[in-house]
Amino acid sequence: MTRVINTLKKPVTGTLIAILMGFIVAGFILSFAGYNPFDAFHALITGIIGRPKYLANIIVKATPLILTGVSVAFAYKMGLFNIGAEGQYIIGALAANLVGIFVHLPLLIEIPLVLLAGMAAGALYGGLVGWLKARFKIHEVISGIMFNWIALYFSNWVINLDIIHKANTSGAYPIDQAGWTTLFPNWKSTEAAAHFMTEHPYLGDILRTDFNVGFIFAIVCAILISYVLYRTTKGYQLRAVGDNTDAAEFAGIDVKKNIVQTMLIAGGLAGLAGGLSIAGNAPHAVMQLAAFEGNGLNGLSVAFIADGSPIGCIFSGLLFGGLLYAGQSIQYMIGAPSEIINILIGTIVFLVALKDIVVVFANRLEAKQILKNKHKDHPDTPAPGAPADLNAAGMKGETGAC
Amino acid sequence: MEVDKNFAVQMRGITKRFGTNTALDDVDLNVKRGSIHAILGENGAGKTTLMNILYGLYQPDEGEIYLSGEKINMKNPNVAIAHGIGMVHQHFMLVDNFTVTQNIILGHEPVKAGGILDMKKATADVKHLVEKYGLDVSPDALISDISVGMQQRVEILKAIYRGADILILDEPTAVLTPQEIGELMAIMQRLVKDGKTIIIITHKLKEILASSDFCTIIRRGKLIKTVPLINVKENELADMMVGHAVKLHVDKEKADPKEEIFVMEDVCAKDSRGLPALNNLNLHLKKGEIYGLAGVDGNGQKELVEVITNLRKTDSGKIVMNGEEIQNTTTRNTMNHKISTIHEDREKRGLVPDFTVEENVVLDTFMKEPYSEHGILKFKPIAEETEKLIGEYDIRPENCGELAIRGLSGGNQQKVIIAREIANNPDLLIAVQPTRGLDVGAIATVHKTLVNERDKGKAVLLISLELDEVMSVADRIGVIYNGHIQGEFMQGDVDEKTIGLLMAGGSIE
Repeated sequence: MTRVINTLKKPVTGTLIAILMGFIVAGFILSFAGYNPFDAFHALITGIIGRPKYLANIIVKATPLILTGVSVAFAYKMGLFNIGAEGQYIIGALAANLVGIFVHLPLLIEIPLVLLAGMAAGALYGGLVGWLKARFKIHEVISGIMFNWIALYFSNWVINLDIIHKANTSGAYPIDQAGWTTLFPNWKSTEAAAHFMTEHPYLGDILRTDFNVGFIFAIVCAILISYVLYRTTKGYQLRAVGDNTDAAEFAGIDVKKNIVQTMLIAGGLAGLAGGLSIAGNAPHAVMQLAAFEGNGLNGLSVAFIADGSPIGCIFSGLLFGGLLYAGQSIQYMIGAPSEIINILIGTIVFLVALKDIVVVFANRLEAKQILKNKHKDHPDTPAPGAPADLNAAGMKGETGAC
Repeated sequence: MEVDKNFAVQMRGITKRFGTNTALDDVDLNVKRGSIHAILGENGAGKTTLMNILYGLYQPDEGEIYLSGEKINMKNPNVAIAHGIGMVHQHFMLVDNFTVTQNIILGHEPVKAGGILDMKKATADVKHLVEKYGLDVSPDALISDISVGMQQRVEILKAIYRGADILILDEPTAVLTPQEIGELMAIMQRLVKDGKTIIIITHKLKEILASSDFCTIIRRGKLIKTVPLINVKENELADMMVGHAVKLHVDKEKADPKEEIFVMEDVCAKDSRGLPALNNLNLHLKKGEIYGLAGVDGNGQKELVEVITNLRKTDSGKIVMNGEEIQNTTTRNTMNHKISTIHEDREKRGLVPDFTVEENVVLDTFMKEPYSEHGILKFKPIAEETEKLIGEYDIRPENCGELAIRGLSGGNQQKVIIAREIANNPDLLIAVQPTRGLDVGAIATVHKTLVNERDKGKAVLLISLELDEVMSVADRIGVIYNGHIQGEFMQGDVDEKTIGLLMAGGSIE
């Protein structure tokens, strides 16, 4: 029993229960709409683990989500709501694309350069939001949202410039192939590769996707940010500012400087996500955007499901990527609208917000158990509710004295 | 215990557990209608928990509540309010940019036909209540513009407006000036005369004796005794509260002041509203001496601390520490000049609530060795330092190093702050209201710590609204009025009356 209680008290239990409940609610909605929820979930699971290719695609899809999730989680530790991650992602992708078009260097320099460009651009874009907050007290949500739109239209404008726009496409020129982080990009198009892929169906399945090394970057960043937050003085300062700005200020921590630095780092992470998408995924170029793709905005949900933990973002990012990717299979396998996935995600986020109920429940269980043990140990103590009239007598006497 | 209609409140066998911790163990409480009933206990004794149960904020694990002999299931505060219970919390729950009237009617707005807010009636109602109980607040003033004492009266009015017959006041005097305390007591008397019942949570013995009819003493979650307050001495109450004899006076040798270490020369500064707060303030502090600054709240104490700690800019004048000017630099610079400050508002300025005790212990020093090297925190030295301080200052619960500090009681939180600031080994220790909200035992410890620092040759600046504290702890006493030092005396050369006169802006010529 004690073990059950302790398990329930762990934060991750609440999240897992929330996710499970999300599926149950989505199941009810599906059956309400006339679809068999078990078929739908079967389709979903098949869409996730049915083929190695699916898993590879999910990892590709999850890579930017993990990074923007970590970006949001990092800023949130300081009390900043980085809704501008979307814009930082777009600007990061754009900068990576531009560098990749105009700079032609060997792979070992080209890749870091492309990624650094994305990271630096995102960092500056995020840092600007931080500076506006520190200098003029402009709320980061307001400036973040506006900067998202500016990024979207700026990106669309830039990729339509003559020297950047690739004719007969809706996007920019792709980056130099030396900057691709896809596995063996040159070899893949050879005869030998085609032969290898037929010989090894599993590996071949993966190699045919955009599977790239970006995922490793995402994991390393999540671990690194977690380390920065909990093991370094920098992280200590920004957590202090996030929890109690006044006390941090009184202890001599420069709050404004920390706001700018935090947004620089958060922006850098989102920008890196953009850079990795350009380096890793076909067509290795920025496309004309009609609306936000959601790589940054979904980062908010990823961070939230992870309860603000950078490491947790790896798992919630994968969950998110999995649901988004496999959601399509619900549509083509049983014909249910893929919007059901959005309902599912929404429900999970909503229930995660309520997950502290689990702790309350655990505390109740614990109290009950303590009570039970107490009566077992001392059978002669009165059961709850028994009259305790000793003090009443004293009280009556005292009242009389006045 | 008999259920009796003459008791406005009877709580029977109340037991409340938080996890494994028993906050209240079989506590009874009987409050006579029309009386002022004090609940006395140390920090963390369970006073507030008991009242939160009465107000429906917590559910007891065992026990029953009777109001005028009727058993009530106090499911939530709405039930309590419906039964005429009103609670004024230690931290006010007011909307700053609303007027007094708007705050009072919030949630119970009088409406005209068609659901339109009847502001005229609201103002009239509030005015009526203000006059009836002599509460002296302007119904149209904004909350952000009125003093803390007045804000408290607004909270009391709010409860009465909602029809409260039983008022629970949680540490009502903790935030008040001596003057305002007197006024509050008069208000309480008027309320009782009108048939209201008042339960007041406090650990200030004098106030209990001056105001209350009965006193229930709680110690570590257990009921000790309920006594009528006739012929009871202050120290008897104190004994019952802490369970061992406590000295109320401060034990110290005569001070042996050395050279001047800290000087403020003609310092002027404005407050947050841009009004002059410090007016040519001069202050000279010596090593080996406790300088006590007495004064009514709002006479520049807050701004004084802020200019020293560089949270506020000065307009003119010099602040010199160890021969170097420090005004208008950074907070870190002040600390680097070996000035440590125990801030009066521990929740706002002193602690990071979600941080562990360990993390709070190094709040000022985390960037220095041995607590960090090259920007990486070193947890072992931090844990060792924390363990040492927990032992030295008797911070409870033991082994609380890795717990979030918000789980500790107020008194223990304060101990952490004091321990931290003194561990910085400052040359000047500024203590602002260091015993605010502490119980008698803890107060004595704090005072002893200040005297110890003095004896180690440090300069100590004690800023307090409690005249008793300044008079008994300080070696030299200054009175601040309107941002200016109105007078300075050696301890023993002055009586409370003279200081009181100066605090009120009088002069002694």
